[in-house]
Amino acid sequence: MLIKRRSFIQVGSLATGTMLVPRFLKAFEQPALVPAGNKVVVVIQFSGGNDGLNTVIPYRNDEYYSKRPVLGIKKESALQINDEAGLHPSLTHFRELHNSGSLGILNSVGYPNPDRSHFRSMDIWHSASDSRTIVNTGWLGRYLDAQCSGCDKPTFALEVDDILSLALKGEHSKGMAFRRPANLYGSSQEKFFRDLAKAHGAHHGESPVDYLYKTMADTISSADYIFEKSRMHPSRQQYPSTQLGQSLKTIASLIFSDINTKVYYVSLGSFDTHVMQAAQQKRLFTDLNDALKAFTSDLKQNNRFDDVLTFTFSEFGRRVSQNASGGTDHGTANNMFFISGALKQQGLLNALPDLKDLQDGDLKHKVDFKNVYATVLKKWLGANDEEILGGKFDQMEFI
Amino acid sequence: MQTDLSGNLHLLWRAGFGPAAEDIPLVNRLDRNSLYRQLVKSSSGKPEFINVASGTLDGLVKGLQAEGKMQELSKEQRAQIRKESREALKNLNLRWLSEMVHSKAQLREKLAFFWHGHFACREINVYFQQQLLNVIRTNALSDFRTLLHEVSRSAAMLAFLNNQQNRKKQPNENFAREVMELFTLGRGNYTEQDIKEAARAFTGWGFDLSGQFVFRKQFHDGGAKTIFGRTGYYDGDDVINMLLDNKQTAYHITGKIYRFLVNEQADEAVVRKLAESFYQSGYSISRLLDDIFLSSWFYDKKNIGVKIKSPVELIAGVRRMLPMEFRNEESLLLYQRLLGQILFYPPNVAGWPGGRNWIDSSSLMYRLRLPRVLKDDESIAVKPKDDDDVMMGQGEQVAGSRKQVAGGRAQDAGRGMVNVDIDWPVYTSKFSDVKKDQLGISIAANLLQAGQIDLDLLQAHAELSDRESYIRSFTIQVMSLPEYQLM
Repeated sequence: MLIKRRSFIQVGSLATGTMLVPRFLKAFEQPALVPAGNKVVVVIQFSGGNDGLNTVIPYRNDEYYSKRPVLGIKKESALQINDEAGLHPSLTHFRELHNSGSLGILNSVGYPNPDRSHFRSMDIWHSASDSRTIVNTGWLGRYLDAQCSGCDKPTFALEVDDILSLALKGEHSKGMAFRRPANLYGSSQEKFFRDLAKAHGAHHGESPVDYLYKTMADTISSADYIFEKSRMHPSRQQYPSTQLGQSLKTIASLIFSDINTKVYYVSLGSFDTHVMQAAQQKRLFTDLNDALKAFTSDLKQNNRFDDVLTFTFSEFGRRVSQNASGGTDHGTANNMFFISGALKQQGLLNALPDLKDLQDGDLKHKVDFKNVYATVLKKWLGANDEEILGGKFDQMEFI
Repeated sequence: MQTDLSGNLHLLWRAGFGPAAEDIPLVNRLDRNSLYRQLVKSSSGKPEFINVASGTLDGLVKGLQAEGKMQELSKEQRAQIRKESREALKNLNLRWLSEMVHSKAQLREKLAFFWHGHFACREINVYFQQQLLNVIRTNALSDFRTLLHEVSRSAAMLAFLNNQQNRKKQPNENFAREVMELFTLGRGNYTEQDIKEAARAFTGWGFDLSGQFVFRKQFHDGGAKTIFGRTGYYDGDDVINMLLDNKQTAYHITGKIYRFLVNEQADEAVVRKLAESFYQSGYSISRLLDDIFLSSWFYDKKNIGVKIKSPVELIAGVRRMLPMEFRNEESLLLYQRLLGQILFYPPNVAGWPGGRNWIDSSSLMYRLRLPRVLKDDESIAVKPKDDDDVMMGQGEQVAGSRKQVAGGRAQDAGRGMVNVDIDWPVYTSKFSDVKKDQLGISIAANLLQAGQIDLDLLQAHAELSDRESYIRSFTIQVMSLPEYQLM
């Protein structure tokens, strides 16, 4: 190649900005950066439709074993949490959380007229729409719209991924997605883009060009901000080297800083276990369990466990009966986990699903997921849930 | 001269996928209307059917047809069909994208791209998809009446909208609802009762394994239905004709085409007038396009450089201006995914929302970096989250190997990004007559539709060693501008 890669070289030479060094060192002098009470939410998405019935196992239910003669998890293997329910054998840390009163389990969560397609059902969960309506914004994106008009940094909601999910896209504000703060910083460091942003200045017009420049400038300044915050009080906890482990480590480091982020979002998958479910779910849950164990310990050591609410969801649960390939097909209602040191209700928050009262072989939902969103928005994030969700959904009591 | 060039480029971006390198002398010579006539002429032929189904898949499906019904397939056979189909869909995606880049029938492919979003359909069966694509490409410029009837009878759409399950006494309303809400009238122009009754009229509409439309009389509800206040023994065709008789359909479609081709801020008076003429012409699409592209208001300043290119328009546009060969075309699929638009995988039944929805901080940075990645200055290593519905996430993939596959792919794709050969001379030769001090302005004028560029800034980042490198680097810089995202 003939061309000298000038801009490329500049990226490398700027990898450590000099102005960051003093603050970085300073960070070690003040371990407790954030006062207690700054509540944040961590959403863990199980992509692909996690099998809830093999996650929270109704080990005394004959119906369960008769519908799942091979795939059913035996009573002896399930990690019993009370006299009717046990957890998947790989979720040992979840049992510890349960026993220490830091785990809530909500069963039969779903929505009316469930859709069994991955993309549509995920859309419904992300946009918090009903199953008949298409909404092009996400529930957390609308939270940003409501909270963040006039925010100087669009970092209220961050996703650790290469692509931003619909959930974090609002009408006017959008969250940010990145894998690692350093990578984000590196890619936005390019002198060409910085010069462009500077030259364009602070046009706050409404034209498409201004909008693009504003997004670019915001991205660059947020990348700086996130990178700087991630180095203020970096986690010293050992995390698994898995993607989820590293993502949670990134999140923990940011939580320990004084960054303005209220919501973190991360995904794990694929839980689409039509075949050979046992091995796949075990692998994913081991990954989840180990990463979360490190995360919990990290949060506790830094006195943030009471301020962080972590919850899990999946776009749907799976069919009650196993299929002929050692797996399960797409289903409907599912369970959710809630983890925090400040739960007001712990353990099973409602009854296990009724395996005899099915609709087309699938569980009937008892709780609408929008009740969960409303509760998290109002009680944890102090936001106007009705405005964000476009309607009133009863508050729950677990937080 | 300058205004003519910008008007012609405006036309090429809106009535096609942007100017190609070879268009550069042309756009300086022709007047707008002649250029448009030329686009119409080169789009008048019948498109070639794009057939991507592999031999194995072909054999499998044909064998099955002989045996009988889909329901009798073994789990393994079904899984194999899904897998092969998903692979074939990638090829369908790349083949069509290549048509958008290389075809002379730019106007047809552009409108086909519009209909692809309008008749959004996410169906994994590649036979059905390539058949629907053919319907759309064949009728992209003809009349909406034929197009609507044919799409409604396509196996892809009937499958996607569950009409195979729509039976007498067990109606499934999905198809009837979307035909009204999305394909014709738009929300708020029908009642729930209309949908219920229309669903009854569509009972029995289905398809066979080979994708042929089948009317299954035994499932059809032959009773009287009351739709839009009229009662009769209607069938599906009757409903579609009733929808076409309603002027609201012409208005809804015209508004959508206007927002797609002209400006997302619709000029109500203009749309009303266009819709009236569209309706009177019996839904002639080419007539509607004439009305738009031969008008003077199409070239109003407020309509130029104000639309954010969709990812497919952006990618096709770069490839048209800079002829290039991909050693690993699959990287184009990854790029579609990163930018948020994968052909044949619309986000939902309503298609891609477009406009500012395309832009978030991640997608914007991928967009801005795209030209550099293609030019070989950068690579992108990514591993986006699993998507169980899209080609990248293989839902049926065996447990342990999954991660590797995804990781390997991202890496391949990252490498693939730099495995592009740009045929630079085809492009740079177009500037051979341009004086050195005019080069920057000339390049920018051919590439940008919006904004005022800061020549000094671009100059400061360009390679000055020789003329050839200067043109190349300056071109890449201009394509990396936020302004280049607009058309």
